[in-house]
Amino acid sequence: MIQAVSPTKWSASGGVRKIEFGADQPLLLSSGARIAPLTIAFETYGQLNADKSNAILVCHALTGDQYVASPNPITGRPAWWPRIVGPGLPIDTNRFFVICPNVLGGCMGTTGPSSSGPDGEPYGLAFPAFTVADMVRAQAMLLEALGVHSLFCVLGGSIGGMQALQWAAAYPKRVYACAAIATAARHSAQNIAFYEVGRQAIMADPDWRGGAYQAAGVRPLKGLAVARMAAHITYLSEGSLRRKFDRRLQDREAVSFGFDADFQVESYLRHQGQSFVDRFDANSYLYITRAVDYFDLGADFGGTLTQAFQGATTRFCVFSFSSDWHYPPTDNREIVRALIAAGCDASYVEVQTDKGHDAFLLEEHAFEQALTGFIDSAAASRGLPLP
Amino acid sequence: MSLALDSSQPAPQRALAGLARGQARVEFEVIASLARKGARVLDVGCGDGALLQLLQRAKGVTGRGLEISQAGVNACVAKGLSVIQGDADRALAHFPDGAFDLVILSDTIQQVRYPRRVLEELARIADRTIVSFPNFGHIGVRWRLFTRGRMPNTRCLPARWCDTENLHLCTVRDFAELVEEMGLRIETAVPISGGRPGAPFAKNLWRANWFAEEAVFLLAKP
Repeated sequence: MIQAVSPTKWSASGGVRKIEFGADQPLLLSSGARIAPLTIAFETYGQLNADKSNAILVCHALTGDQYVASPNPITGRPAWWPRIVGPGLPIDTNRFFVICPNVLGGCMGTTGPSSSGPDGEPYGLAFPAFTVADMVRAQAMLLEALGVHSLFCVLGGSIGGMQALQWAAAYPKRVYACAAIATAARHSAQNIAFYEVGRQAIMADPDWRGGAYQAAGVRPLKGLAVARMAAHITYLSEGSLRRKFDRRLQDREAVSFGFDADFQVESYLRHQGQSFVDRFDANSYLYITRAVDYFDLGADFGGTLTQAFQGATTRFCVFSFSSDWHYPPTDNREIVRALIAAGCDASYVEVQTDKGHDAFLLEEHAFEQALTGFIDSAAASRGLPLP
Repeated sequence: MSLALDSSQPAPQRALAGLARGQARVEFEVIASLARKGARVLDVGCGDGALLQLLQRAKGVTGRGLEISQAGVNACVAKGLSVIQGDADRALAHFPDGAFDLVILSDTIQQVRYPRRVLEELARIADRTIVSFPNFGHIGVRWRLFTRGRMPNTRCLPARWCDTENLHLCTVRDFAELVEEMGLRIETAVPISGGRPGAPFAKNLWRANWFAEEAVFLLAKP
C-alpha cells in the first residue's frame, strides 16, 4: 500500500532538487522502524504528458546518483548513463518524462546515515537498517508527490535492476514495462562475501569511530577506498583486466622489489578507491550493501520468485552480459525462468562482451539496440510517440 | 492452405534456416495450420520472429521465442515479441514443465547438438510439439549422392558440407523411428515438396521418405 502523502516542502538549492516529507508522513520500513522526516533528492528530464502516461523511473546502482543524464553539480562528475538517457537516446527525453531519485540511505541529498536525525545530530549507526523494498517505497512516495501514478517503464542496472524488479512485483498494476539489467532476484553468497570484505575494511579503519566519525570530524577514507577497490574488481572481468593492463608496469622499467604500485592494475585500483572516497559516505556504503545482501525477492513473496510475478501484465526484458561475474547470466536467467513460469511477457537478452558487470554503463551496441527495441515496441503498444 | 495471409508482409527471413524464402513460407503456413487458436506457443530457434508474428496474426496465439543469435533476438524484441536468448541444447532446461500448449522446432533439429535430448525437453515443456526438417531421404538428395558421389546440395540443403550448420541430418523414416522409440505419437505429418504442402502422410512414411523435400511433424504425448 502506498501511504497517502502531501509533501511538505520542495526545494532546489545548488542544483540539487529535493522533496521533504514531514514527521506526519513517515516512511515505514521492512524492519518495522520508521524514518521521518524524509528527504528525497531527485532529478527529472523531459516533460510529463497530459495523461501522465510517459513517465520512466531510472533506478541507480550502489554508488550512483540521481544525475543519470546531466553532470552532478556537487562532484562535477558527468552524467552516469550518457549513452542511454537523453534526447534521441534509447530513453528519449524528448518523448519520455524521466525521473531518477537518489536512493534511500544514499549520500547525494536523500536521507541517509550522514543526515541529521530527529535530534539534530547525524544518524550514524542510529540510522535504521532498510531493504530494497524500502528504497522502492520511498520512490513511490516521491512519484505520488510528483503526480505520477503509473510508470510507463522502470529500469535500472545492478541494484537498480533489483529495484526495478521490486517495483514490478510490489506494484504490478502501476508498471507497464520493466527492464532489469545485469542484476539478480537474490544476492548471492559470493556477493554477500565481497560486500562483507568491504564493510570490514571500513569498520577496521580507526577513523570509522564506531560509525560516529562525523562528530569526530574525520572520515574512514582508507577503509572506504579498500572497500571500493575490492568491489570494483567484481565489476570488471578477467578478460578486460588483461586487455587493459595485463602485467604491464606503471611508469617504470622493472619491478621495485617493494610495495609501491608496480603494476598498472594496482595504480588503477588505487585511483578508483581514492576518487571514490571524495564522493561517497562510508556509512551509506555499509547500509546500502546491507540492504542488497538482504534482497531475496522470492522469499519476500511466499518463497518462490514465480509467485512474485504471478499475474503481472508488465512487459519484462532482462539483460545480462556474458562476462559479468558480479550478477552473472545464471542469476539473470533465474529471473527469466520465474517470469516464464508465472506466464509473464518476458524477453531475455544475453550480450556477448568482455567488459564484465560494468558493461551496462559502457558502449555496448547490442545492448543499446535491444533496449531501444524493447522501449519503442512497448511505447507503440502503449500509444506513446515513436522517434 | 486456408489461412488468410497478408501478402504485404515481407517474406520471412530465418536467422537459422537454410531454406529458400518461398519454401520457409510454405513451411510456416503448414505449421500455422497445425496450431490451435489461442494456444500458448514457444518457437525454438525463432530467428527474426516471422513465424511467431504469423501465428499471432492467423491464430491469435500467445507466442514466445527462443533464439541463439543476437541479431535475431534484437529483431524480435524490436517487434515487441517476447524472446529468450539462448540455444536449444541448453536453454530449454530453463522452461518449466507444461509451460506451453505447443512448442515448435522449425528447421532447427538438424542443427542442435543433442536432438534426442532436445525432443525430450520439448515434450516436457508442452503437450504437443511441431518439428520440421529437410528430408535427407528425398529422391533428389538420393539421386545426387548416387550419381555424383558427393554431398548433395539442394533447395533445402544449400550449403556445402564444410559450410553447413547442419549437424544431424535425417530422413523422414529416421525421425519417425526416433519419436516412436521415445514413446511420442505422430498426430499428423505433412510433406512439403516443390513449394507445396502435400496430403498428410502419417500412415505412409515410405512414400513421404522418397518424395518430401521437407516434412512437418505434429507430435503428441501418448
